[in-house]
Amino acid sequence: MNDLTPTKEQREARLEGMGCKRKRVEDIRFTQGKGNYVDDIKLPGMLFGDFVRSTYAHARIKRIDTSKAKALPGVRAVLTADDLKPLNLHYMPTLAGDVAAVLADEKVLFQNQEVAFVVADDRYIAADAIELVEVEYEELEPLTNPFKAMDADAPLLREDIKGKMEGAHGPRKHYNHIFNWQVGDREAADDIFASAPVKTKDTYWYHRTHPSPLETCQSLASYDKVTGHLTIYGTFQAPHVVRTVVSMLSGIPESKVHVIAPDIGGGFGNKVGVYPGYVCSIVASIVLGKPVKWVEDRMENLSTTSFARDYHMTTELASTQDGKILGMRCYVLADHGAFDACADPTKWPAGFMNICTGSYGIPVAHLEVDGVYTNKASGGVAYRCSFRVTEAVYAIERAVEVLAQKLGMDSADLRLKNFIRREQFPYKSALGWEYDSGDYHLAMNKAMEAVGYRQLRAEQAEKRAAFQRGETREVMGIGVSFFTEIVGAGPSKNCDILGVGMFDSCEIRIHPTGSAIARMGTKSQGQGHETTYAQIVATELGIPADQIQVEEGNTDTAPYGLGTYGSRSTPVAGAAIAMASRKIRAKMQMIAAHLLEVHHNDLDWDIDGYQVKGLPEKRIGVKEIAWAAYHQPIPNLEPGLEAVNYYDPPNMTYPFGAYFCVMDIDVDTGAAKVRRFYALDDCGTRINPMIIEGQVHGGLTEAFAVAMGQEIRYDAAGNVMGASFMDFFVPTAVETPHWETDFTVTPSPHHPIGAKGVGESPHVGGVPCFSNAVNDALSFCGSVHIDMPHDAWRIWEAAEKLGLHKAA
Amino acid sequence: MSKIQKMHVTMTVNGETVEGLVEPRTLLIHFIREHLLLTGAHIGCDTGHCGACTLDIDGKSVKSCTMFAVQAEGSSIVTIEGLAAPDGTLHALQEGFRMMHGLQCGYCTPGMILRAHRLLIENPNPTEAEIRFGISGNLCRCTGYQNIVRAIQYAAAKLNGTQFQEAAE
Repeated sequence: MNDLTPTKEQREARLEGMGCKRKRVEDIRFTQGKGNYVDDIKLPGMLFGDFVRSTYAHARIKRIDTSKAKALPGVRAVLTADDLKPLNLHYMPTLAGDVAAVLADEKVLFQNQEVAFVVADDRYIAADAIELVEVEYEELEPLTNPFKAMDADAPLLREDIKGKMEGAHGPRKHYNHIFNWQVGDREAADDIFASAPVKTKDTYWYHRTHPSPLETCQSLASYDKVTGHLTIYGTFQAPHVVRTVVSMLSGIPESKVHVIAPDIGGGFGNKVGVYPGYVCSIVASIVLGKPVKWVEDRMENLSTTSFARDYHMTTELASTQDGKILGMRCYVLADHGAFDACADPTKWPAGFMNICTGSYGIPVAHLEVDGVYTNKASGGVAYRCSFRVTEAVYAIERAVEVLAQKLGMDSADLRLKNFIRREQFPYKSALGWEYDSGDYHLAMNKAMEAVGYRQLRAEQAEKRAAFQRGETREVMGIGVSFFTEIVGAGPSKNCDILGVGMFDSCEIRIHPTGSAIARMGTKSQGQGHETTYAQIVATELGIPADQIQVEEGNTDTAPYGLGTYGSRSTPVAGAAIAMASRKIRAKMQMIAAHLLEVHHNDLDWDIDGYQVKGLPEKRIGVKEIAWAAYHQPIPNLEPGLEAVNYYDPPNMTYPFGAYFCVMDIDVDTGAAKVRRFYALDDCGTRINPMIIEGQVHGGLTEAFAVAMGQEIRYDAAGNVMGASFMDFFVPTAVETPHWETDFTVTPSPHHPIGAKGVGESPHVGGVPCFSNAVNDALSFCGSVHIDMPHDAWRIWEAAEKLGLHKAA
Repeated sequence: MSKIQKMHVTMTVNGETVEGLVEPRTLLIHFIREHLLLTGAHIGCDTGHCGACTLDIDGKSVKSCTMFAVQAEGSSIVTIEGLAAPDGTLHALQEGFRMMHGLQCGYCTPGMILRAHRLLIENPNPTEAEIRFGISGNLCRCTGYQNIVRAIQYAAAKLNGTQFQEAAE
């Protein structure tokens, strides 16, 4: 060693491994317009498909006349359910164990439902042809109110399963009923509620909304009639699952189905499921032997492919007089729309709603969920959250606020009193989860100090007094939320999708000259996997991150994986990377032992190579080991340096955080101004702090959107009211608040690198925080709960009902 | 429906003269993406709200899904593909967006950068409020805008030859 020998720190920095704010490799192409999204792909002879859609929410199809459309020059085919029936493709299985119509068969069940698929030479001709397809409907009574779905005289929606009273999740109580799901000890919960001194009970509606990524859902199918190979490009968050479903539906062997998910323009849960557009583009390509592209427009995206939420949650808490929570009961009526197309693991009809006891040591709880059909689009996807976790966290975080109000107690103090304590982890919840790790008191106290919580409450008291004296028309709300997420689905013992366990995978290949490629079963939609995954490999294998290529979204080259959603990429695939790397490192150790002529147990790993114990100058670097792996026979070892790992997680991970929002509301206009928003996240080990911060900003912005205005609404006739960006609230830079971020680090004890996942936490914690701020602002006037979305009109309406305008 | 007569269009795109035969109803964004194969600009809505299709046309930021290709006859257009210097050096905005993590999925990015480009020509030293207002015709679903604002501030400083001050958290 001499002065030019790099120090340990220099060698470490050169790797750009875990913990470093590495700039994203994806940005080099995205900032130059060189991304490659589905609609950017143009194949020779490519045709374009588009849908004729239902104008009614509920109607019988009397007649479809496609003759005029077919006669239009440039139209190649018009498909209806009758064309798909012989192939048994007019219905497709959903991830929730139901079936969904690909093209409406005899009946339409929601407005804008797919009725016919037109294939033409270009998108303009296809649009012309749609106008020429004549559909005659007989209108039926629409069912839009989920509370009336199980009435004795409710209209029958699903004629296709009319007599099938055993659903995918047990018996159905009514022809519009989907499932009943119960968790916890009802008797014990009822006993607690019978004797508890303090009880609260309210129904919170978490309204229907939509993930609405900026790029809509799209696919391009290309069937080669000569070889029998089917290639599908698509906006797929889970490309391997799509391959399996396509193979099962089409009968084409999975080996001849090649699914490619190129760059994806945001997903947020919208691009997990399989939609009629995908199926129709595939069928049309097989029938016509030409590539067929399908691209959703925004109206179609918002009104057909996968809404989120729509849970009516009656939530009860029981407590002592001094605020010790004794029990919880929650009953949910879930509006699933026309088909049960929730993207949940198979055994979880209401996702992980049973995380609804939140961050609190609630000893007894019971949860019951009924799912019903209505004349609305299907979905129920996890919009920037793990399955139904947003709903669960909203229920408990509203309920805690309502209880605090009833007790006359500060809601932050009530939380501190009931938190699961650090020494209780791993903590088994009353509804069956085992929380891996956490230090909730540390996080909450740090956050309260950072925002000056006690001073804020003092300021609020002064402002309220001033309001009551008539000196101001503004009221101040302090939103508090403390969330525990459950992500990283999941252990195959209780999580599968269509029977495939929810493991994930990584294959790493080290090239002779020491650079590497990692191939993954997940698929980034903006999360920056190419950057962060390389950082994990860099730290584990001592190869600089910029020499590691990360490849995703290609089912021919990647090992099987379940994809990216529910914040599972880092918890599951991130673990697979570490484990595959460690297999390679074990082999490198054997090679190094041979090259250094020592026993492998006499070697220590040292950042980017192996060194002989006690002799730091006697070392060999990864580059030389890689070269040797390919160029030198090593006794008892195969040549080459690669490994694959399929990681089946032993448990979920449980990220958590403390969020605070300060809001000022003008009671006369209903305008709400976010003065301050502070988010403290604990996602365990932090791989790239820059990307974590970006994820938090984005998740908070989507939380702001959902809480403050974003909604897919239906009128009584089943007309969808908010299906364009004119009506559907997507905040611009002007409305979006400034975000302050902070963190604590509590590694996951069961994850190879201790990481928990972060992409969805800000959304999960953010929504109740905004809603709690609005509710808190008006609580001193006697308001207990106001439903979201809290747009200016609804806040004004709430103020009106509270009589605040009469005093003006 | 009778066959639609095509029209000849000529325009300058990224300094080069291009021409094509289009139907009068062909949207400019489709001409740029599908005839010229410049796929950097995207389509994100149907209502002119999202700005993913923003191009710089004759010195103005234009949402190219709101105009027909034939209306761009004789125009001079800059797309994201034409923003870097001829030698490949990235524009300060392209650099700033990467340095400040001003993008995630990348779908809004070309439109956002082109809008910011025109904004900085019109107002080389904008305040944060002016930046936020200036890009309010461009939607981003991923970033929450905060880092986009910083990216534009970074670029403004670089273009002005001044020091970029990272805003305190």
